Amino acid sequence: MPWRLLKYGLKSSHDEPRFFPESRPLKSHYDVVIIGGGGHGMACAYYLAKEHGITNVAVLEQGYIGGGNTGRNTTIVRSNYLTPEGVKFYDTSLKLFEDLSDDFDLNIFYSTRGHFTLAHTDSALRTMRWRAEVNKHHGIDSEVVDRDFIAKEVPYMDLDCAGHSPVMGALYHAPGAVARHDAVAWGYARGAYNRGVEIHQRTRVTGIRTQGDKVTGVETDRGFVSCNKVVSMVAGSTPRITSMLGLDTPIEIFPLQACVSEPVKPFMDTIVVSGSLHVYVSQSSRGEMVMGASVDPSVLHSTRSSFDFVEGLTDKMIDLFPFMSRMKVMRQWAGMSDITPDFAPIMGKTPIEGFYLDAGWGTWGFKATPVSGKTMAWTLANDRNHELIEPFRLSRFTDFDLVGEKGAASVGH
Amino acid sequence: MTSRLDPQPLEWLDRSETRSFEFEGQHYIGFAGDSISSALLASGQTLLGRSFKYHRPRGAVTLANHDVNALFQSSEEPNIRGDVTPLAAGMQLTACNVNGSLAKDRDQIIGKLSRFLPVGFYYKTFHKPKKFFPLWERLIREKAGLGRIDTGWSVRRKAKTYGFCDLLVIGAGASGMQAALSAAEQGLDVVLVDENPQIGGSLDYQLVNEASAAVVRARLKHDVQNHTNIRVLPGHLACGWYTDHYVPLLGPDGIIKMRARAVISATGVMEQPAVFRNNDLPGVMMASGAQRLVARYAVKPGQRAVVLTANSEGYRAALDMVKAGVDVSAVIDMGSLAERGVWADELNALKIPVLERHTVYEAQGKEQLKRVVVAPFDGDKCDSRDAREFDADLLLMSVGWAPAAQLLYQAGGRLAYDSTLEQLLPQELPNGIFACGRLNGAFTLEQRLADGERAGAEAAAFLKGEPLIPALAACRDTQAHSHPWPIVDHPKGKNFVDFDEDLQLKDLVNAAKEGFDNIELMKRFSTVGMGPSQGKHANMNGIRVLAAVTGRSIDQTGSTTARPMFHPVPVQALAGRRFRPERLTALHPWHLDNGAQMMEAGVWMRPEFYGRPEERAQAILREVQAVRTGLGLIDVSTLGKIEVMGPDAGKLLDGTYTMRMSNIKLGMTRYALMVDDSGVIVDDGIVGRIAEDRFYVTATTSHADATFRTLSRHIVEWGLDVRLVNRTGTLAAMNLAGPHARKLLKPLTDIDLSEDNFPYLGLQEGTLCGVPVRLIRVGFVGELGYEIHLPVDAALQVWNTLMEQGAEYGIRPFGVEAQRVLRLEKGHIIVGQDTDGLTNPFEANMPWAVPLKTKPWFTGKPSLALLKERCQRSLRGFMLPQGYSGELPKECHLLIDNGDIAGRITSIAYSPSLGRYIGLAMVDQPLASSERMFQVRVDSGALVPLEPCSTPFYDAEGVRQTVDLTEVA
Repeated sequence: MPWRLLKYGLKSSHDEPRFFPESRPLKSHYDVVIIGGGGHGMACAYYLAKEHGITNVAVLEQGYIGGGNTGRNTTIVRSNYLTPEGVKFYDTSLKLFEDLSDDFDLNIFYSTRGHFTLAHTDSALRTMRWRAEVNKHHGIDSEVVDRDFIAKEVPYMDLDCAGHSPVMGALYHAPGAVARHDAVAWGYARGAYNRGVEIHQRTRVTGIRTQGDKVTGVETDRGFVSCNKVVSMVAGSTPRITSMLGLDTPIEIFPLQACVSEPVKPFMDTIVVSGSLHVYVSQSSRGEMVMGASVDPSVLHSTRSSFDFVEGLTDKMIDLFPFMSRMKVMRQWAGMSDITPDFAPIMGKTPIEGFYLDAGWGTWGFKATPVSGKTMAWTLANDRNHELIEPFRLSRFTDFDLVGEKGAASVGH
Repeated sequence: MTSRLDPQPLEWLDRSETRSFEFEGQHYIGFAGDSISSALLASGQTLLGRSFKYHRPRGAVTLANHDVNALFQSSEEPNIRGDVTPLAAGMQLTACNVNGSLAKDRDQIIGKLSRFLPVGFYYKTFHKPKKFFPLWERLIREKAGLGRIDTGWSVRRKAKTYGFCDLLVIGAGASGMQAALSAAEQGLDVVLVDENPQIGGSLDYQLVNEASAAVVRARLKHDVQNHTNIRVLPGHLACGWYTDHYVPLLGPDGIIKMRARAVISATGVMEQPAVFRNNDLPGVMMASGAQRLVARYAVKPGQRAVVLTANSEGYRAALDMVKAGVDVSAVIDMGSLAERGVWADELNALKIPVLERHTVYEAQGKEQLKRVVVAPFDGDKCDSRDAREFDADLLLMSVGWAPAAQLLYQAGGRLAYDSTLEQLLPQELPNGIFACGRLNGAFTLEQRLADGERAGAEAAAFLKGEPLIPALAACRDTQAHSHPWPIVDHPKGKNFVDFDEDLQLKDLVNAAKEGFDNIELMKRFSTVGMGPSQGKHANMNGIRVLAAVTGRSIDQTGSTTARPMFHPVPVQALAGRRFRPERLTALHPWHLDNGAQMMEAGVWMRPEFYGRPEERAQAILREVQAVRTGLGLIDVSTLGKIEVMGPDAGKLLDGTYTMRMSNIKLGMTRYALMVDDSGVIVDDGIVGRIAEDRFYVTATTSHADATFRTLSRHIVEWGLDVRLVNRTGTLAAMNLAGPHARKLLKPLTDIDLSEDNFPYLGLQEGTLCGVPVRLIRVGFVGELGYEIHLPVDAALQVWNTLMEQGAEYGIRPFGVEAQRVLRLEKGHIIVGQDTDGLTNPFEANMPWAVPLKTKPWFTGKPSLALLKERCQRSLRGFMLPQGYSGELPKECHLLIDNGDIAGRITSIAYSPSLGRYIGLAMVDQPLASSERMFQVRVDSGALVPLEPCSTPFYDAEGVRQTVDLTEVA
């Protein structure tokens, strides 16, 4: 039994400190206002305070901490991307993730599981090799494996896929991991709060004030606050914020859905993704199968669930795992993915002075939480883009300097 | 002790059919109509399961799928819900989630340690030191989960059907049946569903001894079952509400995908537990659970009962128990007798003592309730100094209800707390969604009938477009049926709010105190409502606790989001029948008969090569050589084939493809390259001109459908007068290629094949072997070649004739692999292999296909104009050095230049014609423009040199495809 639990159990009163502050009034001025209290927003606040000593910061969240895509994703962390820019960025993130529990003194259940991306066609296999080669070049543990290897690691999977589109091989990424998504947001929030950052839940930003091309403050449903810098970290709500400034981005919003089964005794330790079948699955520490698919086919600003999603997902899933037909789907949900044409994020400065953007996270935002917080904090503190996010600048769409992560992002959560 | 009663008037049992089964190695017998739980209880087995975390003993509570205390495992399925799963003969069941056996579960020790496992404990520990976490995690994962999966289980799938109706009424209790009748009388086509195997709802268990209810019951059941406008579907669960009143119904035979025009939710209320110490002991039940047990299954829930109540329902339950032969020791009323009216008198008549303003402070017993400790209660706190004890093996809780409003929430409805009823009630419902009955606060039978009548009439008016003044609140009760605070603290805890997750009162209080004082955060930190019953018995008390801790109202506190499924739904029912469309060409049987190894190409099956798998390389070589020296024939029926007709056909194609198509001469074709708005190559093919206003377009196999869609979209977007016909499936196509191609065709066709009449890239219509065909002179594989497009039903005849007549020229069928080699020798790209998601035509070395200067506009032109100046990489040909015998590079191996990635191989193959390995590579600048050797890193990590060279590798002048060499010779 860990010492901490023993100590706790022998005490009569519960005097654990608060993670987050109670609701309190807004100040009239902050150095930095962060719109969005999800993982990214909280991470940015945390690193601003911790690494740059900037603590006169308010995080404004219209709902509750981590209630957007932070709490809706399927918690996979990996760095086996296709482009050198992507690989470097996500690898930095993965390394930060590995130390987060220590950093927070909060267990985020970061669990290295191994991540299989199955190839059912020779063209998919070619893309896997490309990714593996790029990954290896950058020192990422990533390789193309054959059916025998997969059969050994995931013996209960039907590699013949019930006779259609059999698995030919896979991209195997040993460091692929899952983490408790909520805890990541909470850890960052607690760390930021303890360093003096203000967190305001149920506070909706209704407008952004500018003078000339310079930000002067934000309007909220609780009144106006002036500030020097505003960063928007709101994923699916990005168009609502950027439209306040008349700022154009090529982001489009597609719902991304997921579901969980009833809990069963853990039997699956790996993460399995099939791009061809558009499904992925891992098993949580509660025993639920956490399952997802690709984004919905059309643009929609909504978190509604659709029946087609669970039908399609389960149909394909039991080709790979026939026994799962005896399980039950317990709950489904959706998030809003902000997707860019090249499947890479938009980060950093914008044409409006004092307004920074962290958006376009599509289906891959969770795994970037630490690195995006860290690099955005650096960018805010230094008022220039951190080198890791330079390829993700907004102007790349007008400069035609796209990143091209499409091959690695589709259903690769 | 529980036991079977004499037959009850409305019981579900068929006593003529006994069913024997096993549980934990013991033999039991029940009746048809029993649930697993009721059969066990009838045999005196009250311990039915163990809890998720602490492995506490658990028994039946709701008998209604609002809890998962009674969860079973069979050799066929995990997580079987005993309360609602029909007993089947021969079942072999064990308890779920026990270490050892149900009776001797070694993991009960975890319950003893519960004080060391506070809410969210796993967030606060196990992570230091880091290297130990994997060990802890393994331990945690061993204890996690409920049922056990056998990964050897075979697949099961259940077919789905479709259903349609005007009005779907969910819940066939009093108000639901009345609503269905009211709407059906208005002429609506009504479907009435209920998750229970029999209709009747609480009429049949809660009002079973009520004389007035008998008449209503008989009338409603008779009328709904005999009304021509009503289809009654008992045993069907409304899984969830989806956009546009789409409500999948899970029945015993699978899912009915029901599309309604309007929905009435008459889903009733779910009884909520009182929170006191040991409220989870077997023997502590919901009053309604005990009533279900008696009325449906004729099981006596105990010998000696205490009833804890805060409403008249508790009094009625006490009387029902007396009638079932249970000795009711006392009724403990959290409120005052004065509120109960006639009920108090009835109990008085039976000399059952009532303790008003008291509550249960604690239940006692080890694995079964033995004693109930009650104490005075002032509506908020309990005074344990004045505690009294009652011996009892049954304790009924009747302290309040929560609306089964999940479907209303999913539809976008809003509920608000009503302080008169102390219950959440529908406040605002979206169009086409109605609610009635207890869900809507109508509690007396009269109110429920009136409310059903109202909802049915409102739904009918809505669907007929008649003016509608909704009167949602018209039939609501005026007194509370729920206690606002059915919760008692206890210094020793074990007062559970959530039975699924073993969450005690202090867990929720502490979560709120730690800052998780938003209902969603509390759920996520404490896991309240996250278990298999999804908060059905836990959320209401969770909200009450949070409201109390934060000093907010229930409405300010809010509730968590209700998402589908209502109850968990089997994957086999969701998945439905397996349907994987696979397209076969008209020549498929021939390929199989002639030893083809087939491969998947998108939805199609195509011959990879002809021959045994072990002689793959030689087979491909043979096929390539046949094409180069004699004749080859390949089935290319999978190509997209589209007729484009109309006055604007040229305009459509000009806008869609990079090169101008409107000026193609009659009887000629042109290479067609399609890019998207950002200039990325997405498809290629050819466009041929059949007539002034008629073109014939081909597309790649994998992109055929997308190309048809793109053309269709452009017609609409650009407002063009064009008709498209997708002939991909109706036309077969084959490519006859090789030096003897013309010679073979000549005697078989009426088309003049002479070079003057039918040059390279020409297109002619005529007959071949008497079949109407379209011939196209193509050069993809680099030899004299004719693509033959013809009706599918004639394909085999023509193919056979060509094979027979071609024998003298050494004709061979060839497959996809030989074609890949042949085209590579010619330096032709395969879109999607030699290009990627960002490749533009300049990078693919096709600047000739991008007429920026001469063509005013085409899709992607603005992007390409920018990209032309900044081409950062380029597709280059390469050869392995002569005589190279080391490790072979593969496609997608990286080029390395000065230690950095400088590109990748996109295609590589052995060229029999050149006797060397050749390939294409996408090479970054500046390496691409240099004359330096390339280096590729192979699997072993070694760098292999590549000689850059120009393409085509073979017949660079293209003589072979344009001239009939056999005539020249």
